[in-house]
Amino acid sequence: MSTMTLNAGEAVPAQKEATQPVAEQTEVKSRAANPNSQVDGTVGSPFCDDAKLRMRNVNVFYGESQAIHDVSLDIGRNQVVAMIGPSGCGKSTFLRCLNRMNDTIEGCRVEGELSLDGEAIYGPKVDVVPLRARVGMVFQKPNPFPKSIYDNVAYGPKIHGIASRRAELDEIVENSLRRAGLWNEVKDRLDKPGTGLSGGQQQRLCIARAIAVSPEVILMDEPCSALDPIATARIEELIDELRENYTIAIVTHSMQQAARVSQRTAYFHLGKLVEVNDTETVFTNPEHDLTEAYITGRFG
Amino acid sequence: MQTPTLFALLLLLVLVAYGTGFSRAIATARSRGGVRSLASLPNYYGVHTALWCGLPALVILGLWMLFDDAIIRTLVLGGVADKPETISGQNLLYAQIQNLAAGNLIGATTPQIQAAADHLVSLRQSGRWMQTTITLILAAGLGVYTLLRISPELRAREKVEKVLRIILLACACAAIFTTVGILMSVLFESLRFFQSVPVTEFLFGLHWSPQMALRSDQVGSSGAFGAVPLFTGTLMVSAIAMFVAVPVGLMSAIYLAEYAGNKVRAFAKPLIEILAGVPTVVYGFFAALTVAPFVREVAQSMGMEASSESALAAGLVMGVMIIPFVSSLSDDVINAVPQSLRDGALGLGSTKSETVRKVVIPAALPGIVGGVLLAVSRAIGETMIVVMAAGLAANLTANPLESVTTVTVQIVTLLVGDQEFDSPKTLAAFALGLMLFISTLILNFIALHVVKKYREQYD
Repeated sequence: MSTMTLNAGEAVPAQKEATQPVAEQTEVKSRAANPNSQVDGTVGSPFCDDAKLRMRNVNVFYGESQAIHDVSLDIGRNQVVAMIGPSGCGKSTFLRCLNRMNDTIEGCRVEGELSLDGEAIYGPKVDVVPLRARVGMVFQKPNPFPKSIYDNVAYGPKIHGIASRRAELDEIVENSLRRAGLWNEVKDRLDKPGTGLSGGQQQRLCIARAIAVSPEVILMDEPCSALDPIATARIEELIDELRENYTIAIVTHSMQQAARVSQRTAYFHLGKLVEVNDTETVFTNPEHDLTEAYITGRFG
Repeated sequence: MQTPTLFALLLLLVLVAYGTGFSRAIATARSRGGVRSLASLPNYYGVHTALWCGLPALVILGLWMLFDDAIIRTLVLGGVADKPETISGQNLLYAQIQNLAAGNLIGATTPQIQAAADHLVSLRQSGRWMQTTITLILAAGLGVYTLLRISPELRAREKVEKVLRIILLACACAAIFTTVGILMSVLFESLRFFQSVPVTEFLFGLHWSPQMALRSDQVGSSGAFGAVPLFTGTLMVSAIAMFVAVPVGLMSAIYLAEYAGNKVRAFAKPLIEILAGVPTVVYGFFAALTVAPFVREVAQSMGMEASSESALAAGLVMGVMIIPFVSSLSDDVINAVPQSLRDGALGLGSTKSETVRKVVIPAALPGIVGGVLLAVSRAIGETMIVVMAAGLAANLTANPLESVTTVTVQIVTLLVGDQEFDSPKTLAAFALGLMLFISTLILNFIALHVVKKYREQYD
């Protein structure tokens, strides 16, 4: 990693970026052609009006080394934001800041302002437990609990006391499984272990488990990387349906996937947010040379 | 030549065989275009030669040392004209001859014995000479033969691996045969015991008093061999021990695996494991001198009758002894639960304790159960603490404040001291050992089965 210094004020607000003259933009491109070159600030439009999640000047450290450098980004309500970038660029780390999953990693330190509906995520009085109930997460590798399918989905509602009666719980489980598109496949074997399902089914079970606690935001960390194309297609469809009710941030290594499911795309490079734009813009007319190099497959 | 010297010489020969085999393989390969033309790496040719040089010689040497004495004895005794008829008489005579040959016997000897002793000495000398010659000739001969057979077509690696596989198999068999041997020796002695005491009396009798008089007209000439009090005693002490060890061990494992930071863990885990290194005799002192009187005082202050040696004291200390066993096994199992499961639970908004209680422990449960069952077999087999702290009286009681005795303690007391080896009193020890062996075997079997059955559940 290059040992450049960054000052906090350098994150370029969207308005200013939008009004930049063309000449200056081409300069940005030529400056950034080398994948190891330095990145100053973010190009594109990292901010939006109706932001569900608002991040400003976020820095993340693992012990001494800095994983995220001064990232500012908004995630709009009922929007799917895809985060792409080469391995080790910090997109998963950034995602895990949003529900404070990084707290479980020893030596991890998060700086900057992060807020959910205007409430600080890292505030001194914030209890992570209700926060994580509001911001659910689906992981890279399907990780169903070694319990029955029913108990996997019912786990969240049970610990949060969402359902008081068995019938209510049954309804939540059925609804969640239906919305995850898994109900028809498992309705006859709800008492069988969740670990006995196929990989794609397990991942949909994990999504059902996440939506059973009715979160507002769902974070997905490469949810399809362990799945075959058919299972991937089902999950992508599902993400599109879930967008009606949830705000979704998804990390992915597949650019096609980012293009298919997201409205906005953020490109990370070496711990910095290089470009954020509408997905279509990013994939048809990227502003930054690094973004272009990545999506056209010149590295990454 | 003395045996250690012979071994050293043999080792030297083996090393030479390895070296020459190695270099000969390279030399034969040179004319064919280098090492790549060999069927195996040159190293394997060396090992192949060394194995053929060393192994047969070692086997012959081993057999020789095994049967050496018996053959010499037969030869020497065969040379004695009027030897005694009985085996014990022959043993005595042979011991005399041996002592004389070694120069230990001072005093009157008959010329006959003197001649036999001289015979023995000469036999031993020629035997040793033959041993040396045969071993070395065999080693050198086979080494040279193998060396001459080295050619690029010889598949040395396959041959070496075959021999290695046989050696590995032999090592695996050693453990199995030992177990079978122990079982057999215990089994046959037990069968002899059951000839004098019926199995049903042993298994279901409520009274244990293994006194067998030497003569039938003595007092207490008939003993009682009902093993039930011993097994209830064992069960009670083990149950008390598990009552202490399982909760404490499990919770310390949970703390170490889930809550403790790296520093605390690095400090606390070795400290807990020190407990496992304390000799059981020391635990025994502690139980007998500190815990047992304390238990009695506490019981008396609460108005209860307690004997100075109690099942409770022994069980408590045994529980402490088993804590590191349970905690370290459970710690490993809990650590083996994938982090992704914890992340999944935390990501749904579980608290740390909910994650541990509802996800981590259920996932680790099979392993924990396996560990606990192994600890139980350990508790059942433990002897020293119980000898010192639980007493010797075979009381059939459910009161942990009374003194009880366990199977292992009785085995010790039955076999300590002067006794006839064929009286039921001594043989009872083998029957008890057999029962103990069978019960721990069953427990281990269940433990392994439980662990195996549920092992892959979270993969």
